[in-house]
Amino acid sequence: MRTLTILLLVGVVMGSMSSRAAEITTIAVGYLEITDDPRYEEKRAYARIRVKPHDRPLPGAELAIRESRILGRALKMKFRLERGKGKTAADLAGEVERLSAVGVRYFLVDADAVVLDALAKATADRDLLLFNISEPSDVLRASGCQAHLIHTLPSYAMRTDALAQVLIANKWREVLVLKGSLEGDAAYAAAFQASAKRFGVKVTAIRDFVLGNDPRERGKNNIRLMTAKDDYDVVFIADTEGEFGRYVPFQTNRPRPIIGTEGLIAEAWHWSWERHGAPQLNQRFEKRAKRRMTGPDWAAWMAVKAVIESIVRTKSANFNTVRAYLKGDRMTLDGYKGTPSSFRSWDNQLRQPVLVHTHNAVIERAPLKGFLHPTENMDTLGFDRGDKKCRL
Amino acid sequence: MIGFLRRLSPGIIVLMAVAPAAAGPSGQIYVTNEKSSTITVLDNKTHKVIRSFKTCKRPRGVHFSKDRTQFYVGCADDNVIVVYETATAKLVKRIRGIEEPETFDLSPDGKTLYVSNEEDAAVSFVDVETGKVFGYVELGEEPEGVQVTADGSTVYVASEAANIVHVIDTATATIKADILVGTRPRRFALTPDEKELWVSAELAGQVDIIDTRTNRTTGDIVFLPTGFRRNEVTPVDIMMTADGKTVYVALGRANHVAVVDVASRKVRDYILVGKRPWGLALSRDEKTLYVANGLSDDLTIINAVSLKVVKSVPVGMVPYGILIDD
Repeated sequence: MRTLTILLLVGVVMGSMSSRAAEITTIAVGYLEITDDPRYEEKRAYARIRVKPHDRPLPGAELAIRESRILGRALKMKFRLERGKGKTAADLAGEVERLSAVGVRYFLVDADAVVLDALAKATADRDLLLFNISEPSDVLRASGCQAHLIHTLPSYAMRTDALAQVLIANKWREVLVLKGSLEGDAAYAAAFQASAKRFGVKVTAIRDFVLGNDPRERGKNNIRLMTAKDDYDVVFIADTEGEFGRYVPFQTNRPRPIIGTEGLIAEAWHWSWERHGAPQLNQRFEKRAKRRMTGPDWAAWMAVKAVIESIVRTKSANFNTVRAYLKGDRMTLDGYKGTPSSFRSWDNQLRQPVLVHTHNAVIERAPLKGFLHPTENMDTLGFDRGDKKCRL
Repeated sequence: MIGFLRRLSPGIIVLMAVAPAAAGPSGQIYVTNEKSSTITVLDNKTHKVIRSFKTCKRPRGVHFSKDRTQFYVGCADDNVIVVYETATAKLVKRIRGIEEPETFDLSPDGKTLYVSNEEDAAVSFVDVETGKVFGYVELGEEPEGVQVTADGSTVYVASEAANIVHVIDTATATIKADILVGTRPRRFALTPDEKELWVSAELAGQVDIIDTRTNRTTGDIVFLPTGFRRNEVTPVDIMMTADGKTVYVALGRANHVAVVDVASRKVRDYILVGKRPWGLALSRDEKTLYVANGLSDDLTIINAVSLKVVKSVPVGMVPYGILIDD
C-alpha cells in the first residue's frame, strides 16, 4: 500500500570551493523523490472529497534555498537544489551516485520507510548524509537506524508522547484506542500504547475498525457501537488515511474528545501556529506554494537549513567538518517553534517541540510545562538516550 | 444590558481623557498592542491606564518625531505607518504602502524613517514629509531591529532569519557589510561613542557585541537567570542608558529582564517580570524602566535605581512597543 513514492534527495554539492574570497562558491543540495509515490496519490473519498492533504514537501526545500540568498551573498556562496527521481530505492541509489559524482553530499529524501531503509543500506559506505523529511516510522529511529540517515520530521513516538503529555496535563487518564488496518495505523497505535505506559495513561481497550456498512461487521464499522462499552476519557484514533476518522467526532456513544489522527493532532507544524515568527514563515510558504505549510514541508525546510547553517558556521567545504557540526551540540537551528533545535546524537533525530493542534488552532506546544528532563526537556518526546533503541 | 454598559464605559473614559493642549510633555505613556490593534495610554505618575483606542492593524514599532510633537506607529497588517500628535494622540496622517513595517528608526535630521519590511525582506527609506519611499535595500529574511548612527551615515538592520546584521550606507542605499551573528538577531543598542553595537540574538540566548570599526563580533554575553536553561532564554529588546554604562535586556521566555554592566560585560541582576517580555522603554530621567510582556498582556514598571518591580498594569493584547512622553 503505501510503499514508496517519491524520494527527494537534497545533496549539497560543494562546487568550486575557491580560496579566493571574491569568487562565489556554488553548493547544490540534492532532493530525491519517488515517481508515483502512492502516498501522494489523490486519495479521494466518495464524491471526490479530499480528506487529508497529500502534497510533496518540495516547496519547503525550495523556500529554504530562497531564504539563503542574502546569507549566500554575504558569504560569497550560492545554494541550489539538484533534483533526482526514480521508481525504486535502487533508482534513487543511482541518482545518489550520479549526484555525488558532481560533489553533492547532502540529500533530502522524500520516501517511505521501505525505500529509506533500502537507500540508506545501499549508500552506507559513502561520505554523505540522507535526510528523512516525510516518514515518521519509529523503526527508522530504533532497530533500523543508520549512521548517515538523519530525521527532521518528528517520529510517531514523539507525536504520541506529546499527546500523552496533554492527556496527563488535563487529567484525562483513560483512553479507548480505535485503529485501522494500514501499517501506519498499527505503528501509530503502537507508539501511543508505549507513550501511554511511559506517562501513566491507561488504555482501556483497543478496537480495530473497518470501513463499510456490512451489518455483520457492526462491531467494527459502527462508531456508536464501538464506543459504547465501558467508560473512557478520550478516544485515540489511528487512521492515517482519515476516511473513517473524520466521522468519529460527535458520533461516539459518550461525549468524549477525539485525539490522534483526528480532533487533537500532534505534528511538526501547523499553519495556525502564530508564535515565534511562525506567521512570517507561513506567509512566505503560502505565497510560493499556494497552499498551507505541513509537517513534511517544515521538515524539508529544516533539513536544508541544517545543511546551510552547518556550512555557514564552519565556513568549510570539508564534509567531515560540516557533518560534525551538523550533528554536534553547537547546532542552534531556528525552527520557528521557540526553542533552538539540534540533532540527538543517539539516533540522528532532530529534537524539536511538537505542535498539538485542532483543525484551526495550536492548543499546546509540547513538551508541556512540568514535563522535565535532566538535561533537555525536548528529550521527553520520543526515544531518549537511555532507551537505547538505536545502536549506531 | 451588561453588554451595553461595557460598550458605554470606554466612551466615558475617553471623554475624561482629553489631553491638555499646553506645551511640554503630556506625561502619557503609549503602548502598542499587536493583537488587539489598540494603543493603551497610561499616566506616567499614577501608572494608571487613562484610555485605549483603536489604531491600525497589528501595531508594533513606535517612535517619536525629532521634536517629539508627533509619533509614528508601524502597522504590519495594514502596510501603513500612522502619525499621531503626541499630546493628544490625534491622527495626523497615514503613510501608506509600506510593506509590513515592523520596527524603524529615524534619521538624526528627523526627515527619514528607516523601516524594516518583514515580509519583503528589505529596508525602506521613507521621506516623513511626503510619505514617499526613496530608498530600498534588499536584506535577509525577516528584517527586524533598525539602528541609525548619530551622523546619519549608517543604518544597521538585523535579519532574524538570515542571522545577519546588515551595515547600510544611507547616502547610496547600499550594503557596506554583512556580519554573521548568533541565531535570530533582533534589536540593537549602540554605545554613546558608537564603537560597539550590541545585538540581541534571540535563539542563541545571548547578546553579541560588534566592533563597529571592523564589523566583527568581539564577544557575547550569555544570560542564565536562576532555574532556567540556556534554550529557555530568548533575549529580544535591549536598551542602553545615555551614559553607556548599563544595558537592560528583555529575556523573552525566561520572563526576566537582565541588567548588564557595559564596561565589565557582566550581568548585575535579573528582574522577574511578566510573561515573554520584549519591549523596553526608559523614562527620560532613567529612573523608571517599562517592560511590555507579550504573553501576559501587561506592562511591568521597574524602579531602575533599586531594580525592584513597582507594579504591573494590564494593557491590550500582546503589548509590543512603549513610548513615553516625559
